[in-house]
Parts: sequence; C-alpha cells; structure tokens
Amino acid sequence: MTICRQGKGKRMISFKHVSKHYPNGTTAVDDLSLELPEGDITVLVGTSGCGKTTTLRMVNRMVEPSSGTVSVGGRDVLKADAAELRRGIGYVIQQAGLFPHRTILDNIATVPLLLGWGRRKARARAAELLELVGLPEGSGKRYPHQLSGGQQQRVGVARALAADPPVLLMDEPFGAVDPVVRTQLQNELLRLQSELRKTVVFVTHDIDEAVRLGDRIAVFRTGGHLVQCAPPAELLAAPADDFVAGFLGAERGLKLLSLSTLDGLPQEPAPADGTSAAADTGRWRLVTSTRGEPLGWRDTEGPDGDEAPLLPVRPLRDTDSLLAALDESLASPAGLVARVDADGVLTGVTGRDRIHEHAGRRHTEAGRGSAAEAARTNATSKDAEDAKDAKEAQAADTPDPDASVNA
Amino acid sequence: MTVDWGWFPDHRDDLTTLTLDHLSTAVPAVLFGLLIAVPLAVVAHRVRPLRGVLLGLSNVLFTIPSIAIFVLLLPITGLTRTTAITGLTIYTLTVLLRNTVEGLDSVPAKAREASMAMGARPLRTLLTVELPLAFPVIMAGVRVSTVMAISLVSVASYIGYGGLGQLFTDGFQRDYPTPVVAGVILSLLLALVADAVLVAIQWLCTPWLRRRA
Repeated sequence: MTICRQGKGKRMISFKHVSKHYPNGTTAVDDLSLELPEGDITVLVGTSGCGKTTTLRMVNRMVEPSSGTVSVGGRDVLKADAAELRRGIGYVIQQAGLFPHRTILDNIATVPLLLGWGRRKARARAAELLELVGLPEGSGKRYPHQLSGGQQQRVGVARALAADPPVLLMDEPFGAVDPVVRTQLQNELLRLQSELRKTVVFVTHDIDEAVRLGDRIAVFRTGGHLVQCAPPAELLAAPADDFVAGFLGAERGLKLLSLSTLDGLPQEPAPADGTSAAADTGRWRLVTSTRGEPLGWRDTEGPDGDEAPLLPVRPLRDTDSLLAALDESLASPAGLVARVDADGVLTGVTGRDRIHEHAGRRHTEAGRGSAAEAARTNATSKDAEDAKDAKEAQAADTPDPDASVNA
Repeated sequence: MTVDWGWFPDHRDDLTTLTLDHLSTAVPAVLFGLLIAVPLAVVAHRVRPLRGVLLGLSNVLFTIPSIAIFVLLLPITGLTRTTAITGLTIYTLTVLLRNTVEGLDSVPAKAREASMAMGARPLRTLLTVELPLAFPVIMAGVRVSTVMAISLVSVASYIGYGGLGQLFTDGFQRDYPTPVVAGVILSLLLALVADAVLVAIQWLCTPWLRRRA
C-alpha cells in the first residue's frame, strides 16, 4: 500500500484498497491505495497494461472498481449518480476526442449545456475558455477537423474546464502531437494550473512529461501494482526498486537537473565585445546588441578577426533549468553560459566548471533530502531497515560531485 | 411501338393524381421503415447477440417476393393503402436496418466515450452524438430504400394502390403503349427528384462535412 503523503492540501481523491479484475481473469489494478491532494498534478506513469488508465477512469466511474473504494471530495463515487459525477470532473483524452459534428464553441459548451446553463450562457463561457487556452476567437465557429492536432488538444482542455470542475482527468492528452507542440501544450497546462489550481490526474507513459508536469509521480508496474509515489526529485534521486530505476532511464541524474533552476548560481562579468574590460578575457568575446542582449560569440583569434561570423549563443534566465545550463555549457565555444535578466539583457556569464559543481551539489542534496524523507516515513513504520538500505542505495547511485567537476 | 405524345397533356390531371398517389404510398413506407429500423438498429448495435438475429430476420423478409407479401397481408389489412404501405415498409426495413447499424458502428469510439465521460446519459449520447454522426451512412440507406420503394409501388397496382403502376396495367390491358411509357418516365423522374431532395437534406444537415480541410 502506497500513500502520497507529501501533499499540502486536503485529500481530494482517494483510493482505498481498490482492485479491478476483468471477467477474463486479467487484473488491471491490484490493491491500490493512494491519496491525491487537492490542487496538485499527480502523474500516473508506467508501461502499457500497468493499470494507469484504468486507475484514472475509476475516478469518474468510466470503470467501476471490483473491490475497494474510490472517493472524490470525500464521496464514494459508486454512491453518486454516474452522469452527475462526471459533469463535475473534467476529462481530456488522447487526440482530444472532440465531437466532429459540433463547432469548437459547441464542443467546449458540452458540459455547461448538460448542466442546463442555457445556450447563450454556455456559449459565452465557451468563448471565454477559447481565449484562456490561447485559441483565436474566430476558431469558435470552425469544426474540429479544420484545426491542427495541437489546437484540437487545446479545445479538449477547454472543454474539460468549461464548467470549472475541481478535478481534471487527463489520459495521455498530449500523446498524439509532435514534440514541439507537446512542449507548448505542457507549458500551457502549467500556466493554466498556476492560475486554476485544479486537482489534476494525468496519465502518460512519457517519463519526461511526468517529471515536467507532476507535483508527484505514481509509478505503476504491469499487473496493476503501484510501486512508488513521490515528488519528481525524490523519485529520481531515490527510486524504490530496479523497476522504477529502469523506467526512469539511464539519464536520471540529468532529469533531476531539469528540476533545478539557475537561481542562486553565481555569475561573473561577461567578456563583452568592444568594451575595455573585454581585452584580457581570452579568445572568445560575447557580442551584444546595443540594448545588451547577447547576439553570439566571436572568435578574436580566428583568421577573420573582428569580421568573424558569430557563433550562436542561447542566453539563459534564472528560471531556466540546470540541465539547460549544462547543455549550453557544452554547446558554447567559450564554455561559458550567458545569463540574462527577465528582459533578455546580459547580466553575466557562468563557466562550465561552476555549473558542474553546482549540478553535482544539487544532485546530492536531492538524494540526501529524499533519503531523510524515506527515513522519516519508515521510522514510523516497521521497516526501519529499509530506510538504511534506501540511504545506501542513494549513496551508491549519486555520482560524486567532485568527480563531475573534474570531468 | 408508337407513343402518342398528345396523350400526355390530355391526361395531365390524371398523371398528377397518380404521381401524388404514388408518393403517398412510397414516402410513408420509407418513414415507417425508419421509425422501425432505427430503434431496432440501436438494439442490434448495443446487444451483440441480437445483431445477427435481427439482421438475419430482415434479410429473410427481403427475400419474400413482393406480390406474395401483398397476398399474405390481404386477409389482415384488406384492399387498402395500408396493405401497400406495409408491404413496402418491410422491404425498406432491410436496407435501413443494415445501414443504421453500420452507421452506428462508424461512430468514432472516442466521440462516444467523450460524451459519456462529460456526463451525458446514454439516450442523450445516442440522440446528440451517435445518430448525428451515423447520419451520412443512414442517409445512404434512406436514398437506396426511397428509390426502391418508388419502383416497387407499381407492384401494388394488383391491389389497386400502384400509383403510376396503374398506368402499366391500363396500357397492358388495352394494348396501348403510351400510358406505360408515361408511367416509366414519371417513375424515373420521381426517383431522381426524390434522390436529389434527399441529397439536399443531407447536405443541409451535415455542415461539418462540407469544408474538408
């Protein structure tokens, strides 16, 4: 039995010893106990056939549990009227599942109409949502097939939000769009979530998506077992077993870095072009616009001198991830990462070594934090020994920060 | 065979009456067919084991010769228009049932699922999602059965409700080909016009299919 206890809010959705067996003998979900806090995004991940979608669909009774209790807002879903329950729970499915015969506006207005808002009010609300999810006003009169996959998916989200439900179920909603659009949609979802604070249950098989979006991640194994449920950093730093570690992939450390930002990482003055300070700073100069925005790196020792073409620079803000910084430090010819403020104006640079050092430290901290957490959790339970094991596993899994600095 | 074209304007009123007569047998047959076929199709679609039974049964009915059907109905409904309409309804049923089941099958599972997941009850899902999406396939059945009904009405002239079919009996009995030709031409025109009307109705009812991106 696994319980996500790290939530700040009250429990919105809870599973108590829930199992789902099908007549043909397969077990989709096996004795699942899980509590999902209000206002958080919980991502259910796992290989196909692991029961994550079944788990999601039990929340709005699209699937009924064979045993155990699923409750939403403290109420057993089996005691509620299925249709009324569903009107209070937003639902987004893969490839949007829009109604091909209804206009975008009418698609979004589906639940308000079911709730008896009346056509005028429902359409007005739909128009609001169209704007909220970033679709042009004119698209409301169009039909789903006239929109791109990404736009359809936005409509799917808008439709789920139309009646302002406290809970949002998302079943691989971004599975069918290309990576660029997917990233956009993920950002949009995070933006919406920061405004709306819904209790979101999100199913995906993409671990990167899970790490990006989840306040916590529940990892399922084939046969419907929940293996581990933890915030992304803790999951990455301390996977419960080999299955979770394998699922997270070999680049677990890098994924962990994607969760930390550059905030607090010290910077030095930039080797700027055309300024007196630049004279003594090595071969590469960072050329900026008159406003101070980095334009590119110039090789001062190349055959072309000051006429040399600029090599690309990707300036990073404090809100960008350490992973992005690590990446840019490898891409940058000077081994320096250009740092900019919110307006894109250069504030300084940070060197490769310093980024490595910082990344290593972050990695250790995450490991230590989760080990401490594991110890705390387990101290209250009978398995105090497991905690020790977890700590040791941690130490073995975490690369030595000094080693990465020297690398 | 010579056709006396002067016969046409002389019998304008008769031809109009017979054409309307023809329609008032064919159109109700298709409408009643729909009224019966759609609920049956919904049952056949939802309850898998009944599907084969219902489709099989309607196929069997289809194989009964049309004249035999009218003869069999005579003791029940007598020499009335009801007999003519009932007989034709049985024929339209087969086509309509099959097409409606296929239409319901063609509804994307995602759309049906989304409707239920949004909190629509089964009846509402059927009326607002499934039937509208099945509409083009159902209409294909309606078009076929309408044309079929229009051509079959003539057979009912044996019981006196053959519409334009009366012209065939008349011409045959008098060995005078003009009314027969008139009957053929008008039946043909009627079928063409009816089909065009149905295409127009379908176009009006399916705005989402008009501008394929």
